[in-house]
Amino acid sequence: MTPPLVSGSRLERVLKSGRFAVTAELNPPDSADPQSVYERALVLSTVCDAINATDASGANCHMSSVGICALLTRAGYEPVYQISCRDRNRIAIQGDLLGAAAMGVKNVLCLTGDGVQAGDQPEAKPVFDFDSMTLVRTVRIMRDDGHFLSGRKLDVPPRVFVGAAENPFAPPYDFRPHRLGKKIEAGAEFIQTQYCFDLPRLREFMAKVRDLGLDKKAFILVGVGPLRSAKIAEWMRAHVPGVWIPDEIVNRMKGAQKQMLEGKKLCIEIIQQVHEIPGVSGVHVMAYRQEELVAEIIEEAGLLPRRWQNESTESIVVRG
Amino acid sequence: MTYADPPLRHSSWLPPLRFLQRYPHFLEVAYDLTHNMLKPFRRWLKRGGAVERVFIPLEAVSKGVIFDCRMCGQCVLHSTGMTCPQTCPKNLRNGPCGGVRANGHCEVIPEIKCVWAEAWDRSKRMPAYGKEILQLNPPTNRSLRGTSAWINDFTGDGKKTPMGWGLDSKP
Repeated sequence: MTPPLVSGSRLERVLKSGRFAVTAELNPPDSADPQSVYERALVLSTVCDAINATDASGANCHMSSVGICALLTRAGYEPVYQISCRDRNRIAIQGDLLGAAAMGVKNVLCLTGDGVQAGDQPEAKPVFDFDSMTLVRTVRIMRDDGHFLSGRKLDVPPRVFVGAAENPFAPPYDFRPHRLGKKIEAGAEFIQTQYCFDLPRLREFMAKVRDLGLDKKAFILVGVGPLRSAKIAEWMRAHVPGVWIPDEIVNRMKGAQKQMLEGKKLCIEIIQQVHEIPGVSGVHVMAYRQEELVAEIIEEAGLLPRRWQNESTESIVVRG
Repeated sequence: MTYADPPLRHSSWLPPLRFLQRYPHFLEVAYDLTHNMLKPFRRWLKRGGAVERVFIPLEAVSKGVIFDCRMCGQCVLHSTGMTCPQTCPKNLRNGPCGGVRANGHCEVIPEIKCVWAEAWDRSKRMPAYGKEILQLNPPTNRSLRGTSAWINDFTGDGKKTPMGWGLDSKP
């Protein structure tokens, strides 16, 4: 039997019914045209359970995640609203959460956020009023207890499925599973990880996660994505915060005749191996400005069709 | 301004005693001692009084030279491996971010070691308070910045959380 649903989101339903979930990242446009969002969403909509709307990832300014989410829910898509602590204080974050929930957002992902130095406007003031843990707990307080952090009551609390991120591939490695435990303790119900290119490291991390029993308390979705070329792989590991690509992967890309094809093959292989790791509940596919490629990868990795597409009626049990 | 909480002005001209952080067990004992020493005087430890006016510079200097203290006014050093979490450029009080470099250095300031990698290592060498690094720290009370954490510790202001935090059962 499926455990009771708290948000009624499709992602929650897929995960709680024990199916392998697929989420994908939508690259936010540098545009005020809604069509630029819809074009990208259309490609992703049939291949994944939920679409992540990034919140100025890499500290680069794009259309806001709350704006993208509003457009997506309007068209019937299922977004994951990413909230980073870098740009907004606790007042703005709590208000935006209510706004997003009112517009039909049912999943949120709570992030620390990349430092401003990583982006195109390093002169900006870094806010970091919350950290990702206090953000997760605040969202849970608003949802479960029905009040703001100040204690002031909410008339209608935001019914959202609460997620957080983890990066098993960044030091201090032995702290990472404990930090995940802390996030789950704070209230995270699903986890999306940073890009995985290092399977041995992920297996080691997941073994510890299982020892701590964390895979039973939250759903873990492993981040994956294709590399376009060896040069881009080297650039990513040097410049994108938190991305770790081992030398073997870079060398394999270098040795390939068609690097783009090799990157896609590699990504599919990683997805299939991640699928086999006990405790992993799904994958989160990310690719910089290559939504079509993401769709191909999900299809070729054998993750289609997504079962909800055949569901005529969707029974939702919302916790009272 | 890459720091969410920039270093204090005096920190550049005082002799740094940062090497003391290599002895986290000594520091946690010193923390307990200071606490017990101040206890008998708690009735004079009030916010806004003459004692606080003396304490603020005393604290800024003593914790400044050892921890690079940013005077957040709510010291949690013993639960963060005797490493000041406000020196993390992202002000994180609950563990490292996902951006830590492969060599263990900070994402924002590549020259320094990740504050939380240091905190984790040090807390492993703290028999008294080391386990506290696994506990959730509440959101920082930004209105206490620049006040005396020693006094706030006794008046309870330092441990006060927002009204809605912990009002109901934990999730």
